[in-house]
Amino acid sequence: MEYRFSPEEEAFRQELVAFIKKELPPGWVGGMDDSSSEDWAIAQQMRQKLAARGWLTLAWPREYGGMGASFMQQVIFTEEMAYNRCPGKDVFGVRMLGPTLIIYGTEEQKRRHLGGIARGEVVWCQGFSEPGAGSDLASLSTRAVEDGDDFVVNGQKVWTSGAHHADWMFLLVRTDPNVPKHKGISYLLVDMKSPGVTVRPLVYMAGYHAFNEVYFDNVRVPRSHLVGEKNQGWYVAMATLNFERSGVEWSAMARHTHEEIVDYARAVRRNGRPLSKDPLVRAKLAESAIEIEVSKLLAYRIAWMQSQGRVPDAESSMAKAFGTELLQRLTLTGLQIMGLPSVMAAGSRWAPLQGRLQRHYLRSFGYTIEAGTSEVQRMLIATRGLGLPR
Amino acid sequence: MDLGFNEEQEMLRKSARDFLDKECPKKLVRDMEEHPTGHSPELWKKMADLGWLGLPFPEKYGGMGFGFLDFCVLLEEMGRALLPGPYFSTVALAGQAIMDAGTEEQKQFLLPKIAGGNLVMALAWTEPAGRYDPSGIRLKATPQGDGYLVNGTKLFVHDAHVADMLLVAARTSGTPRSAEGITLLGVDARAAGVKATPLVTIAADKQCEVTFRRAAAARANVLGGPSQEGKGWPVLERLWLKGAIAECARMVGGAQWVLETTVQYAKDRVQFGRPIGSFQAIQHYCANMATDVDGARYIMYEAAWALDKGQPATMEVARAKAWVSDAYRRTCATAHQVHGAIGFTKDHDLQLYTRRAKAAEVRFGDADHFREVVAQQLGL
Repeated sequence: MEYRFSPEEEAFRQELVAFIKKELPPGWVGGMDDSSSEDWAIAQQMRQKLAARGWLTLAWPREYGGMGASFMQQVIFTEEMAYNRCPGKDVFGVRMLGPTLIIYGTEEQKRRHLGGIARGEVVWCQGFSEPGAGSDLASLSTRAVEDGDDFVVNGQKVWTSGAHHADWMFLLVRTDPNVPKHKGISYLLVDMKSPGVTVRPLVYMAGYHAFNEVYFDNVRVPRSHLVGEKNQGWYVAMATLNFERSGVEWSAMARHTHEEIVDYARAVRRNGRPLSKDPLVRAKLAESAIEIEVSKLLAYRIAWMQSQGRVPDAESSMAKAFGTELLQRLTLTGLQIMGLPSVMAAGSRWAPLQGRLQRHYLRSFGYTIEAGTSEVQRMLIATRGLGLPR
Repeated sequence: MDLGFNEEQEMLRKSARDFLDKECPKKLVRDMEEHPTGHSPELWKKMADLGWLGLPFPEKYGGMGFGFLDFCVLLEEMGRALLPGPYFSTVALAGQAIMDAGTEEQKQFLLPKIAGGNLVMALAWTEPAGRYDPSGIRLKATPQGDGYLVNGTKLFVHDAHVADMLLVAARTSGTPRSAEGITLLGVDARAAGVKATPLVTIAADKQCEVTFRRAAAARANVLGGPSQEGKGWPVLERLWLKGAIAECARMVGGAQWVLETTVQYAKDRVQFGRPIGSFQAIQHYCANMATDVDGARYIMYEAAWALDKGQPATMEVARAKAWVSDAYRRTCATAHQVHGAIGFTKDHDLQLYTRRAKAAEVRFGDADHFREVVAQQLGL
């Protein structure tokens, strides 16, 4: 057992943190609003700067321009990006589409798309969820019908993060409605500028625009943009390279937020003493700190398993459910400690922490839904981890 | 970063599991609850033969030279098996204190005896106030001739009734709350004026009230030698951390048994024509238990690792004992819900764990206590 990183890994961490601090705007406290052109511009700049260092695709194999980084380097990268609230990480292009193309893409598709992702130039979004296909994704109904050299796509996607910034989308469509649901899905690449694509904003309850609805009205997609075989799209979408998938970002985000709440509690006086002297406040913040540590260790376990050549399964579900629920508890705890001022929102001069915690609280409702609800995660822990019957 | 066990630790775990499955069945655990001493000398002898009684002691003192983290692997298995008797008191507490703070002569004299199975010890620290801090130590040792006369009462002293020697935290000077003036003193458990009475507890774990009436102890029995008179608190403070984590190791082992047993029950028990483990409500309970147990294991070993490395480890220990205390109790409570009525009968083994989880929760300080320590470490 060794509960610390190697000196080389820690050196990488220091180099990365120094880079992040140098490149982010002075006094950066995290982006407030993805839809604002200012924050989006910062995210794009950081993405390209990370790309220039090779770090954007550090997990990719060397033959595709990656660094072939170890799992521990990857986990450190994820952790520090999240802790420092550094924008620019590319989940859709780098973590999802890139590996899929490396495994299933044609030479033409790889040549056309991988470079743009690696350089941080082309923005991708993911067209998976639909109004009628959430946790039961395979029941999706957006149709694609072959017509000459094209597919003609009709239907609707929803919760499409970043579609309003995206150049391209990777899209799951139904190409055969007459076979079992997993066997009639195909995986397409769609230029977002194609005629018939309409993006409509969905505004998150915290007030910002991150997701969208995307409508397809007779959108023509060249057959050469099919990834893998027709009707094999479900299996193409399941393909992943063996990247770090620890979920360490949850504890890292929480740790930063926790530090801000601790600072607040030390600075703000109530009833003639700092909030931090209130036994209830102390107990709550201590409990959160402990949960953050548990969350971090559940995540490190996953990276460690991967470094041993093992494939984490229920362990990932555990880290995701625990980490995201922790963030909900933590942000609630913070607002409760603030008390009445916690209602003041970003933009009000009375808002504690400029309203960041309130936004984070509202945002945290999404964490336990996105990428597999807590209920799905628990089902996976029970059935795949503990072997309980379905 | 390596969260796995090495080959030696895996072997220790396996041999411990095999031995305890055979030698410490639940029947023994139950018999020892009812038994007046709760101590099986036959089992003690076998553990001595395996080297367990000296497992964490250096080889030159008759031990096996294992580190603290290795020791926690064995304790985890003992917690899983609910090993009865004075092992923890003798090796994890008194033995650890002697190892950490004894003179060379004391180590040479005492540790081989413990390792050989010829000396049972208990740590007499807490008193009726139920506090682990310096203010909890009021029992007095007054200099008299070439030694001390000990007067006062200790409480929550596990295994004092079967101990040959007690390691007693006594006040030799200082004000009632001060950390100075506390002396760790070896007292013959059979000396005139020493009386140990086992008490009825939730876990039937042989906690004693020990009264000292003008009990004599030699000056040479000050742990660390006469020069350490009045300087015992830092030793106890370090022992507090190690004892808490040693206890956490046993708790994690117990929690793992509870999880496995409950999952098996959920697979076997059929209602409405299906195993109850196929119902989502039961699945989610089991998922929560698994998360609690895994989290408890990794946060416990993180602290064990830090202690093993000789780090201060206050934060690591506080986080671990706070989390494990709650997680083990929660795991047992959820296990009862899954088991339904059968689980709360005396016939079912689950209750053996539920009662011990509650006792272990408060030993060395509960979650509330250690959350306050965490708060201090956070700079609150």
